[in-house]
Amino acid sequence: MKYLPLVLANLGRHKRRTILTIASVALALFLFASLRTVVTTLDAGSRFGGARRLVALNATGLVFPLPLAYANRIKAMPGVHSVSWANWFGGRYGDGKRFFANFAVDPVSYLAMYPEIVIPPDQKQAFLQDRTGALIGKRLLSEFGWKLGQNVTLQGTIFPGDWTFTVRAIYTPTDPAIGDDVLIFHHEYFDERIGRAGIAGWYIVEIDDPSHSPAIAKEIDDAFRNSSSPTKTGTEREFQASFATMWGNVSLLMGTIGLAVVFAILLVTANAMMMSARERTGEVAVLKTIGFSDRLLFGLVMLEAGVLALTGAFLGLGGAKLLYKATNFNAAGFLPGFNVTAATLVLGAAVAVVLMLASGLVPALRAARLPIVQALRHVE
Amino acid sequence: MALVEIRDVYKSFQRDTQKIDVFTDLSLDIASGSFTALMGPSGSGKSTLLNLIAGLDKPTRGTVRVGGADVGAMSAGQLAAWRARNIGFVFQSFNLLPVLTAYQNVELPLLLTNLSKKDRAERVRLALDVVGLSDRADHYPRQLSGGQEQRTAIARAIVADPTLMLLDEPTGQLDAKSSQEVLTLLQRLNNEFNKTIVIVTHDAHAADRAKSVLHLEKGDLIEKAAVA
Repeated sequence: MKYLPLVLANLGRHKRRTILTIASVALALFLFASLRTVVTTLDAGSRFGGARRLVALNATGLVFPLPLAYANRIKAMPGVHSVSWANWFGGRYGDGKRFFANFAVDPVSYLAMYPEIVIPPDQKQAFLQDRTGALIGKRLLSEFGWKLGQNVTLQGTIFPGDWTFTVRAIYTPTDPAIGDDVLIFHHEYFDERIGRAGIAGWYIVEIDDPSHSPAIAKEIDDAFRNSSSPTKTGTEREFQASFATMWGNVSLLMGTIGLAVVFAILLVTANAMMMSARERTGEVAVLKTIGFSDRLLFGLVMLEAGVLALTGAFLGLGGAKLLYKATNFNAAGFLPGFNVTAATLVLGAAVAVVLMLASGLVPALRAARLPIVQALRHVE
Repeated sequence: MALVEIRDVYKSFQRDTQKIDVFTDLSLDIASGSFTALMGPSGSGKSTLLNLIAGLDKPTRGTVRVGGADVGAMSAGQLAAWRARNIGFVFQSFNLLPVLTAYQNVELPLLLTNLSKKDRAERVRLALDVVGLSDRADHYPRQLSGGQEQRTAIARAIVADPTLMLLDEPTGQLDAKSSQEVLTLLQRLNNEFNKTIVIVTHDAHAADRAKSVLHLEKGDLIEKAAVA
């Protein structure tokens, strides 16, 4: 600790350079934390799903519906506890700049199947009793200033027309992967408005025993294999993972960009450290003359690099953590549960340590190996 | 009794393809408590001799002993620790660290000791008091005159109470008045505090303050004069 004033004094020698270097490191680690959090959020989403829930969708693709009549047939299968269904709606609100997910569900069976969606009992009752009622995430309430009892009109994109719902209930998710900015409404109302087409986008099947999920999934698919709408059934986790695989290349891209940014900043920091060390060749020689050992000077230069890297890391990683938490960021609904995890902070700190070692090593070795007499000729 | 014993020293440098012999067979004793001026033209080897005594450089052949320690036989780490305990070095261009105050500059050698912060402070105050700069402790080098900077450098050289003080042209960048102040201070350190002082100088006035003067020419000790 007695050397800290010397280290800090050296860093204060070119304040602007020091501040810019710390800002570079902070920005790099802020971006690193942000990009990695995109990846971890996508990953967490892919791992969401109750062990007892299966999802059955059209084998041709998610955009193709299934007949509503499948519900009773699935429910009658052995090992199936309950069945619910949902339909992507794709409506937009206002100018549509703020995207949020909205879909029609069979409310009683759906809410019974998702205890992660927490609703005050009176509001839940009000939602269930109103066919045109909407259940919304608490974020939509704060973002749009909606109130309970207010009418909200969405413009249908897949199913044209103005669709007006009354906000009857507000939910809070206990699992961040669900997201708190979804609008859910009655499938019955949806089906009525589209002319009783009798379609479901996908089925959610609750089973008695998770260990039977492969067998039940096969049984469902076998049952509809020769129909006009064959199914593809899997666990809810597999269903979510199939979405995440669509982001697979994005994850790789994010990781690559993150590493590229950190590497670029490593060069900036290393350059700043080397400039700083070069400028002080004479002073290093003077310190050696006084009796500072090679090892001590190596340590002091590394400590300087450490102060730069760790201060930057503290600002960058801490800034990312606080900013996203304070703003409740979720990328306009695309990344529900966006949160800089402890693992990301630890990894970021490790990156900072690597940054310190990599940027400080060359100037520190240079200082340690500097021949005194030769260096003194520069100053005398 | 000789504090510094230089025996049969041969020192050469390689400059590009040319080998330059600085000393071919130098032997010299410097007594403890002496004040020696080392004079001679540029390139005569004065600074090289000072560097050899300080352990900043090693002889190609021969031995340099200071206080009984064979300086040439020590490793870099041992030399650094030895210098911290035994040598106070003063440069022509002061070489204070510009980012540190006079106090912090003087404290530098004490950071290498196990002294507590309080003891360090006491020693720094004492050293600054000896050089007459107690009231400038919080000033940065840029806020000091040349003479004050050199006195701060002398305070830094004496603060760890070294056995030997080595000064390379300490008055080379000072005006006449400041030079006299510094030389008076060195005389005082020699007379009152019994410091052994070796000073490299071109300045005859500076040499006049020494108790003995050595002349070097092309690496040879050609004259040894005792100053009354």
